[in-house]
Amino acid sequence: MSGHHDIPVYRRIGATPAPSVRTDQAGVVIAGAGPVGLAMALDLGRRGHCVTVVTRLDFIAHCSKAICFSKRSLDILDRLGVGDAVVAKGVTWNVGKVFRGDGQQPIYQFDMLPVKDQKRPGFINIQQYYVEEFLLDALLALPNVEIRWGHSIEQVTPRDDGVDLDILAAGTDYRLTADWLIACDGSRSTVRARMGLDFEGRVFEDNFLIADIRMTHEMPPERWFWFDPPFNPGKSALMHRQPDDVWRLDFQLGWDIDRDAATRPENVEPYIRAMLGGDVEFEREWYSVYTFQCRRMARFVHGHVIFAGDSAHLVSPFGARGCNGGFADIDNLGWKLDLVLRGKADQRLVQSYDHEAVLTADENILNSTRSTDFLTPKSPASQALRDAVLELAQDHEFARPFVNSGRLSTAVAYPESPLSTPDEDGWQGGVAPGAPVPDAPLGDGWLLERLGDDFVLLVHGWQGEVPAGLCVVATQGAAARRLGLPAGAACLVRPDQYVAARWMQPDRDRIGAALSRANGGTPWPN
Amino acid sequence: MAELRTDVNLSGHDDLYAALLRLHEDRTEAESLKIWSRLVLLLANHIGDAEVVLQAIALARPGGAGADAHPADATGPDRMPEGRGQ
Repeated sequence: MSGHHDIPVYRRIGATPAPSVRTDQAGVVIAGAGPVGLAMALDLGRRGHCVTVVTRLDFIAHCSKAICFSKRSLDILDRLGVGDAVVAKGVTWNVGKVFRGDGQQPIYQFDMLPVKDQKRPGFINIQQYYVEEFLLDALLALPNVEIRWGHSIEQVTPRDDGVDLDILAAGTDYRLTADWLIACDGSRSTVRARMGLDFEGRVFEDNFLIADIRMTHEMPPERWFWFDPPFNPGKSALMHRQPDDVWRLDFQLGWDIDRDAATRPENVEPYIRAMLGGDVEFEREWYSVYTFQCRRMARFVHGHVIFAGDSAHLVSPFGARGCNGGFADIDNLGWKLDLVLRGKADQRLVQSYDHEAVLTADENILNSTRSTDFLTPKSPASQALRDAVLELAQDHEFARPFVNSGRLSTAVAYPESPLSTPDEDGWQGGVAPGAPVPDAPLGDGWLLERLGDDFVLLVHGWQGEVPAGLCVVATQGAAARRLGLPAGAACLVRPDQYVAARWMQPDRDRIGAALSRANGGTPWPN
Repeated sequence: MAELRTDVNLSGHDDLYAALLRLHEDRTEAESLKIWSRLVLLLANHIGDAEVVLQAIALARPGGAGADAHPADATGPDRMPEGRGQ
């Protein structure tokens, strides 16, 4: 389609014709068909809602973009039914190593799956277009989900009970009247711009080069990061494996550069050859220069318009908190909007998305800002501090935890969530309300597999009466231990696998009250 | 004689690092040097054992362990991955 000739195509789909009517109706409209928009559509579509995805592109772009998908994202993709496909294609990894200079031994290393015996690994690497394709294939099986390719949102007019969209499709204007709009349309969100909303936060003055290349190369499936390597003196570099013999190379470039020139092959290849040797054989996959910001919108919920993913918040890529943060958003929003749409919860349940998703964004922004401050010292004093840490880490264990090449994405807890019932029974340790359920072996499978799309009561040897319609799952062994549930105890788990409440001595009334609270205050059963 | 600890003896490393950066925000280099010095004196007094502080001084000195362990301008194309790690 016009205007996007510069984006390489992974899978061409073709523009969807404009509807035959000038004014069209939709239930939930999702703006954007990136991984976050498609996952949002899949969550709501699987729950039976009529979903219309509107995207200005008419193809899946052939850019690797996001490549690191966290365990938490894999748990979410499992719930959406595409986890197996994504993991089978991806490169599984848990360990990250940080090198300094030409040192052959890492000065620091970390393990993203410190607790073993879980269904999913700490991370997989996979090109974003594969994730989009798996999500899209799952969506095509749902008759209640429609995707409109090549449709651009031109105007957004919020109403008290919905939103009107003026859309342009192949030269034809039409109006789409929707009950809800979820803006998953990325960092340069059209919806955000049309509503006159903006970001708050910091912009960083540094440029990084992504050189995704295809080559045959042996290296363990680990994240390797260098400070001040001989092949990029005074700056940083990263190397990470993707499927299909594709490798993500990332080079810090500095601030004062010609960004257009930086991605020309004759300027990229010297970096690659300096890193891998002058005679290395490779093919170009995707070259890109990026700068970044750590910023978010003040609020993500604006009446019936809700922002999720990069449209709501931006982080630096060091930490893999972009797409993983977007998946956390849709996971948090899906069940809430589902209950509201089915009339089972009051609209104020959606407001709790604002609280919890903003908290997640703030933690992601905090961590990626700190990583960036470590990578890009801004003053002689901060440079000296950073270099001292790297020097001392070479020989002294105490300095190593200061080394920050990215704190990688894990699930964020909501300790003050309005949906949580505070502990009353003198708990010590375990999984507190507002924290996600850890995975563990259970029976022939895994604990997380036993959690569905609804509320679940996890019990350890308790067999009392529960509120009508609440599903009960018995735990024992490792699962009960990781949850910190002594015999006779139980915890209430939300549809997004977060603990809402827990009791040493559960009873139906207390469980019912906690369910109601987690449901935004609407009585249960309803 | 007490020995300087060089194992990990702290938690909250990222919080502490951020606090140290904030200490130097919008300061001149001369001000930063003064701030580092004040911090060292405060911590040395808290440690309360001159022997331990002298051991730390020895390790912090240029040429102490890890310092200037490599020339920053070293180059070479054959630095990479095979056989590295583990």
